[in-house]
Amino acid sequence: MNENTQKVWVFIEQHEGVPADVSLELLSKGRKLAESLNGELQAVLIGHDLQALAAETFRYGAREVLLADHPQLAHYNTLPYSRIMSELVDRHQPRIVLFGGTFIGRDLAPRVASHTRSGLTADCTDLQIADVTYLRKDYSQLLLQIRPAFGGNIIATIICPDSPVQMATVREGVMEKIPLAQPVDGRITPVPYSPSAADQLVRIIARHHEESKVNLKAAPIIVAGGYGMGNWQNFQILYELARVIGGEVAGTRAAVDAGFIDQVRQVGQTGVTVRPKLYIACGISGAIQHRAGMCDSNKIIAVNDDPDAPIFGVCHYGIVGDVMEVIPKLIDAYKHKLK
Amino acid sequence: MSYHSIVMVKQVPDTANISGQVMKPDGTVNRSKLPTIFNPEDKVALELALQLRDRYGGTVRVLTMGPLKASDLLRDCLYMGADEAFLVSDRKFAGADTLATSYVLAEALRKLGPYDIIFAGRQAIDGDTAQVGPQTAEKLGLPQITYAEAILEAQGPQITVKRKVDHGFEILEGTLPLLITVVKDAATPRPFRAKRVMAYKNAHTLLELEKMTEGNSLLYVDQLKEEYVSKGLFIPTLTADDLDVDLSRCGLGGSPTKVHKIESVVLGGSAHETIPATRDGMYALIDKLMEDHIFG
Repeated sequence: MNENTQKVWVFIEQHEGVPADVSLELLSKGRKLAESLNGELQAVLIGHDLQALAAETFRYGAREVLLADHPQLAHYNTLPYSRIMSELVDRHQPRIVLFGGTFIGRDLAPRVASHTRSGLTADCTDLQIADVTYLRKDYSQLLLQIRPAFGGNIIATIICPDSPVQMATVREGVMEKIPLAQPVDGRITPVPYSPSAADQLVRIIARHHEESKVNLKAAPIIVAGGYGMGNWQNFQILYELARVIGGEVAGTRAAVDAGFIDQVRQVGQTGVTVRPKLYIACGISGAIQHRAGMCDSNKIIAVNDDPDAPIFGVCHYGIVGDVMEVIPKLIDAYKHKLK
Repeated sequence: MSYHSIVMVKQVPDTANISGQVMKPDGTVNRSKLPTIFNPEDKVALELALQLRDRYGGTVRVLTMGPLKASDLLRDCLYMGADEAFLVSDRKFAGADTLATSYVLAEALRKLGPYDIIFAGRQAIDGDTAQVGPQTAEKLGLPQITYAEAILEAQGPQITVKRKVDHGFEILEGTLPLLITVVKDAATPRPFRAKRVMAYKNAHTLLELEKMTEGNSLLYVDQLKEEYVSKGLFIPTLTADDLDVDLSRCGLGGSPTKVHKIESVVLGGSAHETIPATRDGMYALIDKLMEDHIFG
């Protein structure tokens, strides 16, 4: 590899050797970005006993894995992880660094960006490479960091014209996970780690881990509710519909904030992005942040009493009416036709 | 042992009440056009700091960076129980992204130190980035604990915190000083105390005092300031001159991220099929979904 080859890095998040889905999704996207740059995709992996995982990144096109492997790094801890990552960025100057928009990614990325004084954009819903003219200066091959912003009726394209390293976080499900038919012939480069007392200023003394039972990304049918459901009691009817037709229940940011549903079930820019066979949007107005997380669904049904709700602009079947009257009728019709 | 905390708070546009005309042509937000509120998670962070003071003693100071009218937010903090409030404000700080914001905040905190704990909300509702807390910690060389749900115990220079993570939680023990960001569920902010509202509704910044003296030849701002300071009603303002900042790292110019393009989202004519909200309509819909091979 030439010294001047532009590098696209993905921070690989893992729990006991199992990679986070979002990291594999970002490798898939990073591969495309690297192709556009005529550069190279590389993975950064920090933890312990990760040879197998390092090899797995080759299936997603990583040509090189920078691997910091040490017993003291087995679990994510802000200070040592951010120190390693910052030093690597300083030394290798990748053009792009991508992090998952997870608890870990959102803890780590800003620290690394601050240390390296890099631009960082949170929760991007699209990433592209393009030549840009900004304030009458031409910049070649910048990373376009695209995200809905402010109030929901705009899509902002953010650039870091003068930042040697461009960083972004992306939520789970936004990018598609696309393994290669044949893994690339990648190399593993060990990154030395020497523990320091400063790395232990915050110590993990207990950890409670439970795999989420909710997997919205894998659900073929999703029944989602918004703030328009009115209250928690009304929201429960969505569970009934989901149970009958065999789906999962999800909610919008507004429904989560109102306490109708748990955050792990949030669909949208700051939640998870889904592409089910069928998405039933109930009492959802359709803010861009929500649409970003569901508009690629195969079929979308929208139920809303406001005929002008933006959700009707992305749906395939629109029902204008009171959710609390429509849903029971839909449940009855389904039972009658298919049971 | 008692603890000295500083809470970073932010006045944010009430994103639930957004009307047009809020975006300026350069892609930044015209905040003057928006109703503002106390960023919800910052309010929880202040509550957590006040609880720590209730339990162990010490002080709670608050700090915000924003336009001059952010003094409203600081009075709210005083009503809740903060001991002192500081406003960081200067035109030179305007248009800052998270990196430039954290740079100025870190310099202001250096000025206000020493401290044991810096608190902040996990994220502000106007950008949801959750970046300023960690970036400020990094600039100050402090450890951080993000997504704190509860402070379990403080003992000497050690603090034990429960934090949220993907799929569960962790109990962390940290050595002070450090920075903690707080999630919404961590506490319920206390209401304003009537007595404190009566006392602090007259707390003012220098600029507010200057306005009071305008057109009144008998009032001198220096005298007024002295009087307010002696009554504990003066809210200090920290400007670029007060802080030892490198201006090339402040404001829009010091921000590596730039808004290149803003597109309004215009929804195309809806090509969807309208289904009547009737029993027959639902039967027809089920048929269509069977044709689409979704059901059946």
